[in-house]
Amino acid sequence: MTCNLCGTQEATIHLTEIVNNQMVEIHLCETCAQEKGTDFKTHFNFGDLLAGLTDIGKPAKTGERKPSLMRCPECGMTFEEFGKTGRLGCETCYGAFAKALVPLIKRVQRSTHHVGKKPSKISREVRASQDLRHLQERLRKSVQLEAFEDAAHLRDEIKQMEDKIKKGKKSKSE
Amino acid sequence: MSSVDVFVNQPAEWLRASGPSSDIVVSSRIRLARNLSGFPFVLKLQQEQQEEIVEVVEDAIKKSDSVKDANYFRYNSLTDLDRQFLLERHLISREHAGEKGEKAVAITPSEVVSIMVLEEDHLRLQTFQSGFNLMEAWRIVTQIDNEIEKNVNYSFSSNLGYLTACPTNVGTGLRASCMLHLPSLVLTKQVHKVLQALAKLNLAARGLYGEGTQATGNFFQFSNQITLGQPEEEIIDNLERVIRQVIDHEKEAREYLREKRKSKFEDQIWRALGTLKSARVLSSSEATQLLSLVQLGVQMGMIQTTLTRQDLNSLFLLIQPAHLQKISGKTLNSTERDVRRADLIRERLLKATL
Repeated sequence: MTCNLCGTQEATIHLTEIVNNQMVEIHLCETCAQEKGTDFKTHFNFGDLLAGLTDIGKPAKTGERKPSLMRCPECGMTFEEFGKTGRLGCETCYGAFAKALVPLIKRVQRSTHHVGKKPSKISREVRASQDLRHLQERLRKSVQLEAFEDAAHLRDEIKQMEDKIKKGKKSKSE
Repeated sequence: MSSVDVFVNQPAEWLRASGPSSDIVVSSRIRLARNLSGFPFVLKLQQEQQEEIVEVVEDAIKKSDSVKDANYFRYNSLTDLDRQFLLERHLISREHAGEKGEKAVAITPSEVVSIMVLEEDHLRLQTFQSGFNLMEAWRIVTQIDNEIEKNVNYSFSSNLGYLTACPTNVGTGLRASCMLHLPSLVLTKQVHKVLQALAKLNLAARGLYGEGTQATGNFFQFSNQITLGQPEEEIIDNLERVIRQVIDHEKEAREYLREKRKSKFEDQIWRALGTLKSARVLSSSEATQLLSLVQLGVQMGMIQTTLTRQDLNSLFLLIQPAHLQKISGKTLNSTERDVRRADLIRERLLKATL
C-alpha cells in the first residue's frame, strides 16, 4: 500500500479517524506522518503484536500440540482466537493457555507474580502465599541495595511465615 | 432533554485548572480493571449475562457509600451524540462508546468518578483529579473498589492478581495516567526525545483521547504500561517521578523561549490569539492548537486577561463536536460545526478583556 499523501512511498502507519461519525482510514509513510504531526510512529494490530511475543508462530516440536490449537475447556476459546483479538474469553483461559501465556506475560510485564492489592474476600491461604511473596520481593530488593540489616529481618519474617503456612497445611490434612 | 445533559454546563473535573502543577499537568486519572468471578469475560458473554452484570453492578453501586449518588446510564437509553459527549468529557472510552451491546456507565455528579460496565473488562473504575494528584485519585478509587467488592466477587488468582481480559492489564489492573500540556517542548522540538525516553522506562505516551489517538494541541497522556509485579503505590510513584522531570523540562523550555527566542515566541502566541479572535471557520484540531498557545501565553503572563485558566480549559472541551451540538441544541454537520466553533471562541474571547 502506498502513502495517501505523497503517493510514492510505502505506507507504514495506518490511522483510523472518526470524521462525521464515519471511520476513515489513513495510510501514511513515515516521512509524511512526521510532517503531519503524529508523534506516534508505530501502530500495530494489537492482537498480532501480543501473539508475536509467544512462540505461537514457531513450528511445534514433533509430538507436541500446536499452541494455536489449545482450547479453553470453560469458554471454548482457542489460542488462535486470542491471537486475533488480544482478549481472553474467561478466567479459566489463563490456566488453559498457561504454556503460551506465561512467557508472554513475562515479556510484557517483566514479572509473573502479583504483589499489590487483593480482594478482602479471598481465602486465608491465598492471602498468606501472597504476603510471603511480597516479603520475598522486598528481601530481593534489600539485598540488591545491600541493606543487609533489613534483609536479615525480612529473612526471619519469611522463615516464620513459611512455618506458619506449613503448620496450617498440616492441621488441615489431619 | 437527554439524561447526560446534566453535565453540559459544568466544568469537567479534569479541566478545573486547580491542584498541584496544574499549569502543566492538566489532570490525573487512575483506572482499575475488574472482572466478576463466575462470568466469562466480555467477549464471551451471552446477552442475558450482560444484562445480569449491568444489574448486579447497579445494585453494588447503590449499596456503596461513596458512589451511591452516581447517575447510572444504560447504553440503550443513550443516543450516539450522548455517548460522543461522554467520550469528549473522558467519562467513557472510545471503545466503550463504539461497540454495541448491553452496557452502562455510572458517573458521580461531580464527574470525579466514572465506572464503565462491560468495557473491555466487566468493570473499569476511574477517578479523575485536576492537576498533578495521582495519589489522591488512587485513594478515592481504591476506597470505591473496596465498597463495590462487598457486594460482588472479583476474579482473582493468587499468582496473577486481578484477572483481566487482556494480559497487559493483569495483576493490579491499574492504569495511572496524567494529561500533560507541553507546548514549549513541542515548540523547541524536544518532545520526541521525551517520548523516546518514556518508552524505555515502560511508560506510554498517547494523544488526548487515549489509545491510538494522535497528540493534538500539545496534549499528551502519560501512563504506566506494567501492571504486574509491583504494588499499586510503586507503579504510581514511578510514573510521578518521571512526570516531575518532564515538568522541569517543560519549565526550562518555557524559560528558554522567553529569553532566547522572545520575539518569535511572542509573535507565535499573539498570532494565535489574533486568529482565534478573527477566524470565521475553525477545525477542532486548529482551534485546539491555537488555544494551547494562548493558554501558554496567559500562563506565562504575556497575555493579560480577565479570562481565567479554567475558562480557557473549558473552551478546549466546548469546541469538541458533541459539545458544540449540545450547546447549540441541534445536530450540526462538520462544516456547520467549524463555523459554530469559530463563533463560540470569538464570543468568549471578545467578552473578556485581552
